[in-house]
Amino acid sequence: MLETMANYFSYPFVRYALIVGILIALCSSLLGVTLVLRRFSFIGDGLSHVAFGAMACAAALGLTSDMTVVLPVTVAAAILLLCTGNKSRLRGDAALAMISVAALAVGYLLMNLFSTSSNVSGDVCGSLFGSTSILTITKTELILCISMAAAVILTFVLLYNRIFAVTFDGDFAAASGMKASFLKVLLAVVTALVIVLAMKLVGSLLISALVVFPALSAMRVFRSFRAVMVCAALVSVFASAAGLLVSIAAATPVGATVVVAELICFLTFSVIGKFLGRN
Amino acid sequence: MSLLEVDRLTLGYEGQTVIKALSFSMEKGDYVLIVGENGSGKSTLTRAILGLKPPMSGAIRFGEGVKESGVGYLPQQTVIQRDFPASVWEIVLSGCLGRMKRKPFYGKAEKEKAEENLALLGIEDLRKSCYRNLSGGQQQRVLLARALMAAGELLLLDEPVAGLDPRASEEMYRVIKARNREGLGVLMVTHDVSGALPYATHVLTIGHDKTTFEKVGEGDKDNA
Ligand SMILES: Nc1ncnc2c1ncn2[C@@H]1O[C@H](COP(=O)(O)OP(=O)(O)OP(=O)(O)O)[C@@H](O)[C@H]1O
Ligand SMILES: [Mg+2]
Repeated sequence: MLETMANYFSYPFVRYALIVGILIALCSSLLGVTLVLRRFSFIGDGLSHVAFGAMACAAALGLTSDMTVVLPVTVAAAILLLCTGNKSRLRGDAALAMISVAALAVGYLLMNLFSTSSNVSGDVCGSLFGSTSILTITKTELILCISMAAAVILTFVLLYNRIFAVTFDGDFAAASGMKASFLKVLLAVVTALVIVLAMKLVGSLLISALVVFPALSAMRVFRSFRAVMVCAALVSVFASAAGLLVSIAAATPVGATVVVAELICFLTFSVIGKFLGRN
Repeated sequence: MSLLEVDRLTLGYEGQTVIKALSFSMEKGDYVLIVGENGSGKSTLTRAILGLKPPMSGAIRFGEGVKESGVGYLPQQTVIQRDFPASVWEIVLSGCLGRMKRKPFYGKAEKEKAEENLALLGIEDLRKSCYRNLSGGQQQRVLLARALMAAGELLLLDEPVAGLDPRASEEMYRVIKARNREGLGVLMVTHDVSGALPYATHVLTIGHDKTTFEKVGEGDKDNA
């Protein structure tokens, strides 16, 4: 067993995939806690569909580097959805659902109309359920991913206390003199970045799992914000590493395996929570 | 310059006026009660003073350094989700973030101040408790402790004693009065007029047709 593992690690693509997978999962779990608590659990879904639509647009326009379209569009959608007042929560929810499915439909349509590839449904399936592209990461992509993750983690460490205050009670934070709206915009931008990255790992249909499962698992057991953050990060690192290794060893789809690993963690934590009488 | 100057302030929602051309001013150490019927616009006024609600016309001016030293706020209702994991300690400490400028972490001074405020409100033992498992009255104290952390020269309270038993209310009034005597300006919305009046120096009555601002005394109850 250990030998086979050691064998896998001798391949650079396995190491790269593991590093990228863990970093992406770590970032999305950090964001996930605030998103779940602000009742934006489905933002991951919505934004990744927007990114999918934008990707299809870029392909239709024949752009070689699709990130120049995908990133600005997704960031704009994130700011629009996350930074409107919380009084219009219901409308925000409906807007999210609308944007999400509309982007998905338009993206699929464009891909069918304009795709030059012979395997359209394969391409679509890849971007919806996570392609194997995480296993074919280049060194540049690896470096890009590491620097992005470092920026996200640094943001969370430095702004941790403020993120707590804004998430807990945005009005008080603004009233007591914090730049609450700036923080919200910053979080929206970071969310968009992480989600575009995370699409690589699990695809746009399963992305919500990376956002919500670690946060929900941690909230089953822990009762303070700090503990929930730390635990969510650990759960997510563990689940993504386990999921990736299993999928490589058993040749299962990467995204689905990672999500199942997250689900198993959640169930385990639920049981522990019940055991400790915290429900 | 006064602590706070409200000048012909008009507030409303979607074209509907709630408060019309209100003017009053507050000096350092004043203790102002805001009273009026439900829906008369008391919460709207506090939110406007805090900058959470833009005025339709008129102006709100703060004395020099008042904003910078921090304004404490106790909301009427906090819309905190039922499952929010937050300990009392985390919440109380978060009160001083507004004044910490760019400093990312709490220092010794902030922690000491939090200890002080916990002790003042008699909730030291709840420090590690989860906020959502507390009773309504305990939650109210936690939020007051947080407001006191944030208050440099001005404290705004929106119905601080709603839902408290008479003894707890009295206790809360005393804590607020103690800080008021040290020079903190207090602006308190309340329906418990008889309970709060002895502590106040001014009363602002907001009515549908008439609004008055009057001095009511020195607010020197139990100034023994
Ligand atoms: N978000 C809002 N949108 C539209 N109208 C509002 C909004 N909030 C309050 N109002 C209206 O403004 C008026 C004043 O409301 P406000 O909450 O300031 O009253 P209040 O004096 O604090 O009442 P209470 O004693 O019940 O707390 C009410 O008529 C209310 O209907
Ligand atoms: Mg009110």
